[in-house]
Formats: sequence, structure tokens, C-alpha cells
Amino acid sequence: MNIALVTSQDTDHAVRAASPLAVRGMTVSYGQTPAIFSVDMTVRAGAMTAIVGPNGAGKSTLLKAALGVITPLAGSVTAFGEPMADMRDRIAYVPQRASVDWDFPVRVIDVVMMGMYRKLGLLGRVRGQHKTLAKNCLDRVGMADFAHRQIGQLSGGQQQRVFLARALAQEADVYVLDEPFAGVDAATEKAIIAVLKGLRDAGKTVLAVHHDLATVPDYFDDVLLLNTQVVAFGAVSETFTEDNLQAAYGGRLTTARADPESVAG
Amino acid sequence: MMGTEFVALSLPPILIGVLVAVACALPGNFLLLRRQALIGDAISHVVLPGIVVAFLLTGMVATGPMLLGAAAAAVLAVVAIEAVRRLGRIEAGAAMGVIFTAMFAGGVLLLEQSDTSNVHLDVEHALYGNLESLIWLDATGWASLLDPAALAGLPVELSRMALALIVITMFLVIFWRPIALSTFDEGFARGLGIRTGPLGLALVIMSAIAAVAAFDAVGSIIVIAMFICPPAAARMMTNRLGRQVAWSVLFAVLAAVSGYVLAGYGPLWIGANASVSAAGMIATMSGIILGITALFGPHRSSSS
Repeated sequence: MNIALVTSQDTDHAVRAASPLAVRGMTVSYGQTPAIFSVDMTVRAGAMTAIVGPNGAGKSTLLKAALGVITPLAGSVTAFGEPMADMRDRIAYVPQRASVDWDFPVRVIDVVMMGMYRKLGLLGRVRGQHKTLAKNCLDRVGMADFAHRQIGQLSGGQQQRVFLARALAQEADVYVLDEPFAGVDAATEKAIIAVLKGLRDAGKTVLAVHHDLATVPDYFDDVLLLNTQVVAFGAVSETFTEDNLQAAYGGRLTTARADPESVAG
Repeated sequence: MMGTEFVALSLPPILIGVLVAVACALPGNFLLLRRQALIGDAISHVVLPGIVVAFLLTGMVATGPMLLGAAAAAVLAVVAIEAVRRLGRIEAGAAMGVIFTAMFAGGVLLLEQSDTSNVHLDVEHALYGNLESLIWLDATGWASLLDPAALAGLPVELSRMALALIVITMFLVIFWRPIALSTFDEGFARGLGIRTGPLGLALVIMSAIAAVAAFDAVGSIIVIAMFICPPAAARMMTNRLGRQVAWSVLFAVLAAVSGYVLAGYGPLWIGANASVSAAGMIATMSGIILGITALFGPHRSSSS
């Protein structure tokens, strides 16, 4: 199912206004070959959406371009129908854990406080309410006891939870996560998915790059299959099919996917 | 009178040394954490052609034109490094290596080709400066510190470094949060709408201000040492950014004061009758402090 074969600009305007994150014609290139090419994506409000595809398909690139972390060659992004730049307060981003230096001299609680940058501004004073919020966010990911640890002392799973807590501290409406389950222990994966489902149930929108095909039907409502271009996009029940997966992964699926039964799920 | 001699001959160079050390150490903390520590090294090298060109254009060794020339060269280098890094898609350290070696070589070439033999502008000056010569002839004792007429005779380098330090400190205080955030996690910072490109450039420009202001007074040896040694030593004392910066200031002051005193009196204590370069000794002290913290600092290894 290919969303939004748009017939007029007016209808697309309406479609975008209803979507917490809508991407049109997104093209990004590192050097000569495009990493993603002409990607359209209309994230459904209040849903959990997975971006799935083989290595090098441009999954992280799509997220970064959508959030303005990298500059695309072409393409536009709206959040709730408005330009992305005006809607940053409503969007929280969890980058890949491997993208930062975990030896950085900072404590867990300080990392969570970073999520309040837009509330605090350059010189705004940190007040009791901010500290309480930071502690609550750590509590929600089960990391309250680690608030004063240096981040380098944490395990990979614990680091990922701290990143999620920082996003929670943004109190946003849309949560965009890059490989939140990569290299984390089973307990952390459970804790993170519980928090994300809780966000969805509270009416928030979740968009995540995901690498484990087996858990897609369990965790997500919608799925975008990506391989440089959009292969398919829609509800998991209709889109997450053998044919679409073969189209996205080509010959590589045999090693990448899980049991076909659960895939068809 | 020890007081008179100290205030006139030792106090100004010590103060200038302290100001230089702190002005370089402050931005050095962030350069270090951004794995850009070499940029201080690069800047202190690339200012040489700028200073030589300024001298050739004006025909004199004057502070204003030399600072302008140095600043222009530093900015040119920053732009060139960014250009090589982005267009060549290579690592920042390699880009710096290419640009700063080329520009320093160009500076030396210019210096050799032009007739600067009759002025105080040579490669040795560029490296070690002339800290010991920055004396305060108007001083007659500690009371001179309250005498406006005498204060007007303070070396111009002192007020210039103080101004540079004030500018750098204000920049870091105001932009502390976005700088810390984008140093730790650039992607997240950009997601928040922080303009990390201009911010990183501003940080490099602050480093350039420190390097250029310090260059004439103390040469590039101290500058290179102070960008790296006090912050690196401070990193091993704490796991918190604010405290790291505070430790780096303490270490910078310690290195400047102990280095100056040791250079002036150290050789006498061991029976020699000359003194050694204060700039060289201050840099050495910062290295010794780094060595001690590397051996005994409480947070030496990663994740401890």
C-alpha cells in the first residue's frame, strides 16, 4: 500500500496537517550515490511506526534528514503541518547510542537535563521542578538509582535507557528513535518497549528505526520498508508481507529475517 | 627593595603568563573533548604568515596590524581546514595537518625571503616570545598598583590578554549549555535546533583570539601547551564537565606561576648562574602536571 498518491496540493496539505511528521521527496547523498532517494513518509498520529530495511538502506539517514540533523539534497518536512524548524519543542530525538563519546565527563542526571535545553534556554536557572522532572524520567526507564553515576560506567542497555529518559524530559509529542534496541540486553528491550507503548497509549507518536524483523508485528502498528527508496509503507498487517520483504531485502532476506510464520503475522 | 624589584620585573610577566594560560586552557577543554585539541597547535602555527604579511605591508612591528594579520591568517586557516575536511571528506586532524604545516612553511619562507633581520621578528621569537622583557618600569613598589600614572605604563600585552580572557570567559558562560550539549552529542543538539556549525566555528574563533593575543607576548610554545595540558590533566581529576574546567584553570595558573619562578630562580638554586626561558619552563611545568595526573589522578582510565 503506497500512501498518498497525491492528486492535488490541497489534499496533501490536509494529509500533512494531520500528520505529526510528513516527509516529501527526501533525497540525501553522501558523495556520488544517493543514500535515500525521493522518500515520502506520512507518519500516522498516535501510532508506532518502524522503519525497516537492509544495512545501508538509509534508515538512519531518513531520520536525520527528517529532523534536520543532516542537510538533504532535496525534500521537505512538516510536523503537524508546520515547518519542522517551528515544531522542535514537540519532537524528541534519540540518536544511535554509538554516535556519542561515552567517556564524556558528565553524569546520568546531567544527560537527562540536556533534554530540557529548549525549556531552560541559554542561562535559565535550573529549578526544583526541572530536577524533579529529570528524576521522574529516569524512574520511568528504571534508572533512578544511577542518577549520579558517570555515563561511562553504565552498560550499553543502561546507556540506551538514559538516552530515552533524556527524550522523555523533552515532554514532546513525537518520539523519533534510531535503533533503540541495538546491542541492549533483554531486560532493557522490555523496559524500552513498555515505555514506548505507554507513550503511544497516551496519544504520542513513535517512529523508530528497527533491525529485528521478528519483533516488528509485536512492537509496531505501521511499518516503512526502505531500501534507498520506499518499498512499501502502511499498517503492519497489510504491509509486512513476504513479497514486500523480498523486494526490500532482495536476496539477503534469508539470513536477515526470522521465521516466515511470524513475519507474515 | 625586593618589593619594588618584584612588582616591576616579575609581577607583569607572571600576570601575563597566568592570563595566557587561562585564556588558552578554557577553550582547550572543549577542543580536547571534541577531539580537536590539535586546532590550538594549528592556530598558533598559521598566525605566523599573517604576522609576516602584516609586517611586510606596514613595514613595522606594530601590535595592531600584526594582530589583524594574525587574525586574518587564523580565519583563513579555519575556513581552509573546514573546506578540506568537507570537500575532501577526510578526518579533521588530517585536514589541520595539511593546512597548518603548509601555512607555517609559507610563513617561514616569507620571513626568510624578506628583510626582517633588523627587527625583532624571527622564528625563535615566534616560538618562545619574550615574556621576561615585559617589565613595568613605572613601578616603584606595591603602591604603584593603586597609582593611575604608573598603571598606564604597564605592558600593553597585559591589558590585551585581560581583554581576550574576558571575551573568552563571557562566551563560554553564555553559551555553556549549547556548547556542552553539542560537544557531547552533536546529532541530538541539531535535533533541538542548535546551530552546531556556527557554534563550533565560534569556539574555534575564541581559541584563535587566545592564540593570537598570546602569540606576541609569549610565543607559540606556551599556547600549544596550554590548550592541551591543563584540560587533559583536569580530565583525569573529575568526571564532571564544570569541575574539569575549574581544575584546568587551577592547573594553568599553577603552571604559569611555578614555571616563571623556576625559570628565573631554578638555575640559581642548582648552582648555575643564568636563567632559562620562562615560556619554555611554563610549558614544561604544564607537561609535568599532566604527567603527575596521568599517574595519580582519580579518574584516569575510561569509565572509572
